[in-house]
Amino acid sequence: MRPAIDRLQGAACIRRGTPISFTFNGRRLTGFEGDTLASALLANGERVVARSFKLHRPRGIVAAGVEEPNAIVTVGEGAWAVPNLRATEVELHDGLVARSVNCWPGPNLDVGAVAGLFSRLLPAGFYYKTFKWPGWWLYEGVIRRAAGLGVVPAEPDPDRYEHRHARCDVLVVGAGPAGLAAAATVARSGAQVMLVEQAPMAGGSLVGSDEMIDGVPSRTWIADRRGELDVNPNCTILMRTTAFGYYDHNHLGLIERVTDRLTDASPRHIPRERLWQVRAGCVVLATGAIQRPIIFPENDRPGVMLADAVVSYARRYGVRCGQKAVVFTLDDSGYAGAAAMHAAGIAVAAIVDPRPGEPPVGPPGAEVLRGWEVRGVAGRRGVSAVKVVPVDGAGSVRRIVADLLAMAGGWSPSIHLFCQSGGHPRFESGMFIPGDGPQRQVSAGAARGLFPTQACVDDGVLAGRDALAMLGLAQRPEALVRLPTDPRTAAHDWWSRHAPHHAWVDFQNDVTAADVALAAREGYRSVEHLKRYTTLGMAVDQGKTSNVNGLSLLAAVTERTPGETGTTRFRPPFTPVTLGALAGRRRGTLFAPLRRLPAHEEHRELGALFEEMGGWARPVAYPRNGEDLMGAAAREARAVRCAAGLFDASSLGKIEIRGPDAARFLDRVYANTMGTLKAGRVRYGLMLNENGVIIDDGVCACLATDHYLVGTTSGNAKRICAWLEEWHQTEWPDLRVAMLDVTAMWGTLALSGPTSRSILQAVGTDLDLAADAFPHMAVRCGHIAGVSARIARVSFTGEVSFEISIPAGKTADLWRRLLDAGASMGLTPVGIEAWMMLRAEKGYIHLGTETDGTTTPDDIGWGGPVRKKQGDFIGRRSLARPANQSAEREQFVGIQTLDPRNVLPVGAHLVSKGRTGGASEGWVSTSYASPVLGSSIALGRLRRGRERLGEELTALTPSGPVPVRVTEPCVYDPSGERLNG
Amino acid sequence: MLLIPCPHCGARDETEFAFSVESGRVRPVGDAVDDAAWADYLFFRTNARGLQAELWVHRQGCRRWLRVTRDSLTHAVVAVEAV
Repeated sequence: MRPAIDRLQGAACIRRGTPISFTFNGRRLTGFEGDTLASALLANGERVVARSFKLHRPRGIVAAGVEEPNAIVTVGEGAWAVPNLRATEVELHDGLVARSVNCWPGPNLDVGAVAGLFSRLLPAGFYYKTFKWPGWWLYEGVIRRAAGLGVVPAEPDPDRYEHRHARCDVLVVGAGPAGLAAAATVARSGAQVMLVEQAPMAGGSLVGSDEMIDGVPSRTWIADRRGELDVNPNCTILMRTTAFGYYDHNHLGLIERVTDRLTDASPRHIPRERLWQVRAGCVVLATGAIQRPIIFPENDRPGVMLADAVVSYARRYGVRCGQKAVVFTLDDSGYAGAAAMHAAGIAVAAIVDPRPGEPPVGPPGAEVLRGWEVRGVAGRRGVSAVKVVPVDGAGSVRRIVADLLAMAGGWSPSIHLFCQSGGHPRFESGMFIPGDGPQRQVSAGAARGLFPTQACVDDGVLAGRDALAMLGLAQRPEALVRLPTDPRTAAHDWWSRHAPHHAWVDFQNDVTAADVALAAREGYRSVEHLKRYTTLGMAVDQGKTSNVNGLSLLAAVTERTPGETGTTRFRPPFTPVTLGALAGRRRGTLFAPLRRLPAHEEHRELGALFEEMGGWARPVAYPRNGEDLMGAAAREARAVRCAAGLFDASSLGKIEIRGPDAARFLDRVYANTMGTLKAGRVRYGLMLNENGVIIDDGVCACLATDHYLVGTTSGNAKRICAWLEEWHQTEWPDLRVAMLDVTAMWGTLALSGPTSRSILQAVGTDLDLAADAFPHMAVRCGHIAGVSARIARVSFTGEVSFEISIPAGKTADLWRRLLDAGASMGLTPVGIEAWMMLRAEKGYIHLGTETDGTTTPDDIGWGGPVRKKQGDFIGRRSLARPANQSAEREQFVGIQTLDPRNVLPVGAHLVSKGRTGGASEGWVSTSYASPVLGSSIALGRLRRGRERLGEELTALTPSGPVPVRVTEPCVYDPSGERLNG
Repeated sequence: MLLIPCPHCGARDETEFAFSVESGRVRPVGDAVDDAAWADYLFFRTNARGLQAELWVHRQGCRRWLRVTRDSLTHAVVAVEAV
């Protein structure tokens, strides 16, 4: 093992004065500030860093950027662990802990590697062909456990994530030569520009390069552009930020990694990651290009790397990936790479180039084998020699001793974002390059297949001007000379004619050339089918190094061009995004925040049990002295029947309707007649949708002939108000009416029970509360305890009731004053459980309990009033459809157990008397032990229910069949004497 | 995410809006309409490939219903007008 500090001088990214200690697979290693985990591992001589997904073959680092297919690691421990990160993207920090995934006990000795012995038995589609009898379900569990890479931590994520929204004139993705040039051009014009770079440093391919750009050394050129943009107030630069998704109308998702490079002691107020949503006027895609590997036997051996990565590790991190290299190249960029390796002190033994013709000049000491190919490598856990043969077969295999094999298989422009935006790629000069894009965007530099660096810089300037022109912020450049792709740099159309088993196409998912060829023979000619059949490009790297090679091979096997086979569809995200970042602050109690009643604190102080209902936190009951929920509810219900109860009904929806045509409008939206309602009166009403199904019920109060108050069920006000608006705006715009959801502006307290009238008198009111002056189903405006109020005599309990609505801010005060005034008259706070019990005794329906998505007015006994109504209303025509006229429909009934002590479970099905099974004829929707009646009560829906009153049936329950009798729904005070009293 | 130019509020993100229904449906009024015609109104949509007029509501803005002409292939919003 080479010592960790053996680094080349002048590396662009690392600070040699700041050594960093980290742990990989339990061993303590040392790197430098600025290292990636990958560069530090290579510097420490770690060749085998992972095992492949299916066959558990030893794998080393291949790339230096986001495209890395092999070095997949879990970083961090416990709740902080993040699985499946690419070691090439992980910035080293002090105390970093990383582990390989998909191997046990470690990458150098992995038990799962026995799978590799059977690799010939695991061809493409192996699972589909093998595990099909008697069915996949039999094998799925075992196979799923064996599959998969990293493990997600079981603990909740302790980190914080933020969302931000932004807009700009031009968004530039990539701060390489083209991106920096484009951003500078836009910023100088005065337009707003955002520059996004996934790496920690600007410069892209220029970082560490000795090229001259615009006549100055590249290091100076980068610093100049960066400095210029840093001080320009029109420019926002986001480093360590990946544009992962390009959506409709130039809407892009960015993920900014804020604290990952810091130690665990980083300030808690800083989010770990920020998710940005940016709307850009125009997008410049300067996303660069990714070098392609070459498909040849044993190309997955550790020590076989991309030539570009070998150069990057030397220039940026001062790491030599080997002592002696062979470069296998399909284009001229391999010669430049060989020269850079030579300059970094890596001896280049040979350049292998299968192309015919006169080769360019290689570095000193390098033998140029033009017309030769690599046929394999020697060495088990790393390259020890490279086997080469002439392409024409006129010669025997030669062994060249080397510990590094650098591949230069041509370039794939990063067209991911372009394609996500809806753009169609075009195959040209051996590459897929951007074709027509549907959105306001422009690709620049290597992202559109342009390679000399100076040409990319010039292209970036043009792209910036082009973007400004698209926005009308500048003249379109007159001679927009976009250089054509240089054919000399294009990859040669070369394939190993053997398509052997051990020539890998997708390193991460273990897909070989043989698998692709087999899939093609079996008829998977579409790239999308090939992808799913072989899993090519489906790993966490999403095929960044493998897709183009795979589909080019498919094209060769099926005698088409890659342009004809096309690419698979590119989908977001470009690189994986954490679920935490996508969720942001919307987790836990903030995921769907509960609405609180205006008197919430009063309920809490009374010891209320809360439950979520319709988006509100509502008191279920107020247990006292160790009561359980049902005990408290029974006491509260008794109090309402014997004295009085106070119920917070503030969550009931309230919609004000005003205008000269308000009555006509209400007649059209309610299924029963509402327009005849007199001022000061209240009526119960049903709203239907166009299918004739009940969508809401509640009372409607007429305050004046042009002023109504529509009551909706809790949590439904917003939806119903939008529904009414829709009908008014789109169907009946001629009606002079306006509506507003005022639910949050009013608090509503329902006072119910025989002593409620006395309690109101005690607390003070200017209203005449006598039954003939203020009868049931009337509404009055007046004062209660000095507070201006709307009071309705409506009842959900069957007792004399007053629903008092006051400004929301005064609800808590009135709640306390009513309880004080009523204390001597038995007034008790009542929760939703007792409230529901009381309404069940009265046989009142509860929307969503007695009704579902099929219930019509007739089903709940409201057929008469609806049939009698003159004129059109929403849903009317649907009620006449045969299905809604059927005699076999389920109707709302009461259900009485023959043994009154027996309380039915909700959901119990009803069948004919004496049966213990068979087709259900109905079901129980509500069931309670009534504390006042001293017996069980139940409501439900029963086929032809109304004509079966008195019939005995059997309810099927988990504890056995229970004999029941069909009754009227209302079993308490059916004549309504108490209600009207 | 679509960017919808609301004629009342200006260009806003799609998340502020809600799609309602295809525009241009005519609600048959009266009992004369037969079951088939009523079912056609209730359940059947053109779902055009290409340009299509739709009703959207600016739910988190002006609460007005809008007629949006949208290309169902490219998602381009071609025109937006108040209903």
